[in-house]
Amino acid sequence: MRSSTENIVEMHGVSFRRGQRTIFDELSLVIPRGKVTAIMGPSGAGKTTLLKLVTRQLLPDRGTVSVAGQELAQLGRPDLYALRKRIGILFQNGALLTDLSVFENVAFPLREHTRLPASIIRHIVLTKLHAVGLRGAAQMMPGELSGGMARRVALARAIAMDPEIIIYDEPFVGLDPISMGVIVRLVRQMNDALGISSIVVSHDVAELSSVADRSFLISGGKVAASGSPEDLSSTPSDLVQQFMNGMADGPVPFHFPAPDYAEQLLGGDDQS
Amino acid sequence: MFREMWANTEEFLRAFGALQLFFLRLLASTPRVLVNRFRLVVYQVYNTGALSLVIILVCGFFVGAVLGLQGFRNLAQFGSEDALGAVVALALIQELGPVVAALLFAGRAGTALASEIGLMRATDQLSAMEMMAVDPIRRVVVPRFLGGVVAMPLLSAIFIMVGIFGAYLVGVGIYGVDLGAFWGQMQDTVQNSDIYESVIKAFVFGVAGSLLAVWEGYSAIPTAEGVGRATTRTVVLTSIVILVLDFIITAFAVG
Repeated sequence: MRSSTENIVEMHGVSFRRGQRTIFDELSLVIPRGKVTAIMGPSGAGKTTLLKLVTRQLLPDRGTVSVAGQELAQLGRPDLYALRKRIGILFQNGALLTDLSVFENVAFPLREHTRLPASIIRHIVLTKLHAVGLRGAAQMMPGELSGGMARRVALARAIAMDPEIIIYDEPFVGLDPISMGVIVRLVRQMNDALGISSIVVSHDVAELSSVADRSFLISGGKVAASGSPEDLSSTPSDLVQQFMNGMADGPVPFHFPAPDYAEQLLGGDDQS
Repeated sequence: MFREMWANTEEFLRAFGALQLFFLRLLASTPRVLVNRFRLVVYQVYNTGALSLVIILVCGFFVGAVLGLQGFRNLAQFGSEDALGAVVALALIQELGPVVAALLFAGRAGTALASEIGLMRATDQLSAMEMMAVDPIRRVVVPRFLGGVVAMPLLSAIFIMVGIFGAYLVGVGIYGVDLGAFWGQMQDTVQNSDIYESVIKAFVFGVAGSLLAVWEGYSAIPTAEGVGRATTRTVVLTSIVILVLDFIITAFAVG
């Protein structure tokens, strides 16, 4: 059953710490339904942590996270699993089950959650594999696939249950230009053809600009900027400009915090 | 120094508590897994058993053969060579069968279980299952745990049978111990209580070995180093736990 709220994800006043390090400090954002939304930010900004909060792999220290109108912290395990059946997630490395063939990987959620006859499952699996262009690879094992193919199979698996939301975690990392182009096209196609909401977490500005309807730039534990890719490009903020233009130094420093360079070099052997 | 000792004790107690909670979770999931995923359990019994079968057969044979050699030499000093069958059978049934089979199981199937589950965590396969609303405990961990629990007594029985065969070849085939005396003394000496003790030991070692293997894999740090450490810890911990448990069970059996 599809939720009728306008926003598919709402985060309000979310704070999250790992040990002494603050990842999010009163972060708030809303992700609209039916759009491709990009979550961008420099490495270590907390993009993947944000995904884990949205899928309740983690719980925030403070604040609320709602997905499809349901506040995640309030959900018991059965309700959480019911919600997760409505979410497809594409992991950075595909996370295919290595002991199952491509066909069985895509069939996995169907076999687990439905009592469909084998002929219908076969039909659905082949349809999904056809959508990502890998119907011919159905009998291959994950170890035989290239990185791009593995990610496309994972995408077929993510849409096997016809989800309401698809979440992509760094979908473009380590792909050659052709595979990257294929994934970019699939992200857009899946969103438009299936009428779903897509959340893409990445730091590939060019690819995200070509596919996203709306982008959020996360930095310093907050939303540093948001809007369409064009809006972000024209934002005067130094941080946004550094990120959008790939400048090595700026508000996000090139050097990790360290003692004074000369002092450390001349300081003797006791300092590493 | 006291602070360090206290920290270590605290760490140990925390890990032990977590292991117990994990064990309870496995037990709570077991009935549903047996009903809904019985085929997975059967596959894991086959998988775990087949993994260790060759090593069990080879080692069982040679342990039995060595027992035959040593047993004959020592018994011959007292003119009791005919008791070789009984001595070998008791040693294998009461002690060596379950213990050595469990140690071999830990080294072969236990490490395979720990590294497989650890790698599934490191490559996000367990997270992917969670995100597909599939409980990895029920889909991955419990079937492997039950597979080990069922396979261990079977492997122990095979080890004992092959060991007795090895001793028979040495004692009867090479040293010429009387065939009737070899089997007859064995039949007269081995009691049902010896068999029960052997089965109980094998079952307890199966539970302990499988639990530690799946626990180490499931709680492994998701890196290459973490999985390697989990695999090593599985062998070391299981070996220690098996020998301690063996002492406790034997003490109860002896009274």
